[in-house]
Amino acid sequence: MGTERTGNTWVWRLRDSVHRFFDSDVFYSFRRSPVNVVAFLVTVVFFVGAFAAPVLAPFNTNDVATLDLMDAFHPPAWMEGGSSEHLLGTDDQGRDVLSAIMFGTQVSLIVGFMSVIFSVVLGVGLGLISGYVGGRTDHIIMRLADVQLSFPAVLVALLLFGFAKAVLPRELQEDVAIYVLIVAIGLSNWVQFARTVRGSTMVEKNKEYVQAARVIGRAPVAIMVRHVLPNVMGPVLVIATISLALAIITEATLSFLGVGVPPTQPSLGTLIRFGNNFLFSGEWWMTIFPGLALVMLALAVNLLGDWMRDALNPKLR
Amino acid sequence: MLAYIVRRLLQSILVLVAVGFIAFSLFTFVGDPVNNMVGVEATDAEREWARKTLGLDDPFPVQFARFAANAVQGDFGQSYRLSIPVVDAISERLPATLELVFVAAVMALVIGVPLGVYTGLHRDGAISRMLLTASLVGISLPTFLIGILLILVFSVWLGWLPSFGRGATVDLWGWESNLVSWEGFRSIILPALTLCLFQLTLLMRLVRAEMLEVLRTDYIKFARARGLTNRAVNFGHALKNTLVPVITITGLQIGSLIAFAIITETVFQWPGMGLLFLQAIQFVDIPVMAAYLCLVALIFVVINLIVDLLYYAIDPRLRLDGAGHAH
Repeated sequence: MGTERTGNTWVWRLRDSVHRFFDSDVFYSFRRSPVNVVAFLVTVVFFVGAFAAPVLAPFNTNDVATLDLMDAFHPPAWMEGGSSEHLLGTDDQGRDVLSAIMFGTQVSLIVGFMSVIFSVVLGVGLGLISGYVGGRTDHIIMRLADVQLSFPAVLVALLLFGFAKAVLPRELQEDVAIYVLIVAIGLSNWVQFARTVRGSTMVEKNKEYVQAARVIGRAPVAIMVRHVLPNVMGPVLVIATISLALAIITEATLSFLGVGVPPTQPSLGTLIRFGNNFLFSGEWWMTIFPGLALVMLALAVNLLGDWMRDALNPKLR
Repeated sequence: MLAYIVRRLLQSILVLVAVGFIAFSLFTFVGDPVNNMVGVEATDAEREWARKTLGLDDPFPVQFARFAANAVQGDFGQSYRLSIPVVDAISERLPATLELVFVAAVMALVIGVPLGVYTGLHRDGAISRMLLTASLVGISLPTFLIGILLILVFSVWLGWLPSFGRGATVDLWGWESNLVSWEGFRSIILPALTLCLFQLTLLMRLVRAEMLEVLRTDYIKFARARGLTNRAVNFGHALKNTLVPVITITGLQIGSLIAFAIITETVFQWPGMGLLFLQAIQFVDIPVMAAYLCLVALIFVVINLIVDLLYYAIDPRLRLDGAGHAH
């Protein structure tokens, strides 16, 4: 195929790297285990379902005008009294459960991703500083991490949420609730990143390339960001994947407790909380299907994270 | 040993002071304590009087010292929402949470350790594999979902157990208890099961891993060579040597049981401290939030300390090693 390589070179380069990816050990270890393939497919289905919800979802559940109370409390399609229009049934407002799950997953995923990004930036930053600067700075940051680690993440997030609720003016709260949630979950999760990055930074900073950079007079910040950072990011990716599952579950828990996203933008946890009110009257599908979606999503992301940890760890090859 | 205890004590006190500081800043920076005391329509003179009584003009360290002195005596002021002293609100709810946590911890130990031993001894058995897979699913299930599922199965479909509240409690000298009558105990089964399930799977996997490791050691082989019965080897020698990490994890998990009780208590409407705290967050009831925070920090720190000291009682090797390696 080398002879025709004229014109669009970047297309060829892309094709090459795609080939290289499919030939690699990482892809081999992925393909070999059916569990990984299933987990990956489940994750893809959830992502597509969530982010293409405005196009794919049978109903737009966020649009109050389309709701009809006559449609309320339909059971799933295969049960007696269910209609084929609403595959997984409808809730008390006549919302289609399947569509609500798709839109809800979108909120859950957005909050999950943003909070993980937040914890990565904070944790990696503090870890780099802690490992590179050392001394008293290191001591303070690590003691802070120790103290926080002895409290469960849910408790820390709850406290931060309560604090924000007390500080922010009431009329703002609905609008910023989702950002507060992202920051609260992100702040409750940074310690692992900081510890990992600190460990690898302490190893890297004594290597020759860092010393060379120091000798030619680069500023400490530049050395940290341009030289050390790229070499300590590997494990961060793995922890981030597992953190994503954790963040999704934490978000669902907080929303279930009623301190998460506002009810106008229901996430999976909010849907479970709504449905929980109708558990006793026998309308179990309002709770169980969002719950099932949450567990499948968290499990799939967790399995992918586990696989990545093994595949990217050279010691286990 | 003594130096180690003193150092751990100092560390614990430092953590408590830090948490106390956070609680104090909740009071200081959030809301206006003067308005809370005399109302919005008070005159300037009344405000001045309130500022004086509350000591708001004192320097910051003096105010913090006063807060700490009150907190040590258990005085966190009045709850904004309930209009009763915070101490009363919490001491009324404390027994419910402590009983729930106690029953959950006992359940986790009584079920988790034997399952761990079993899966460790029969590592390739069908039942072991099934238990391990089940435990993986158990770890991925969020606490609140487990509670909902248990309610759906055991209360709604089967109708065996009550699904919310404490039911019939018995008054034991001012301590409302669920544990002395069957009627009361029925109510605690589902919440305790919900709360313990995560710890149970954790303990089971931990005991299994430790058992697998210990069973490979020479002293176990030697014990078998001496012709000891299987029971003596498995329980007298192997299990005994897995206990150090088990006790650590159990102790540390009691702290998170108290925190996760917030979720369980919400699902089951269990009138404990966790539910009180959640309502305090929703209504911005700062005195209750601050008091809960300090109380939970105190419990965490005390448990951590006890666990560290227990090491010395359980594992004679640590006593020889010196204090530094006690983690």
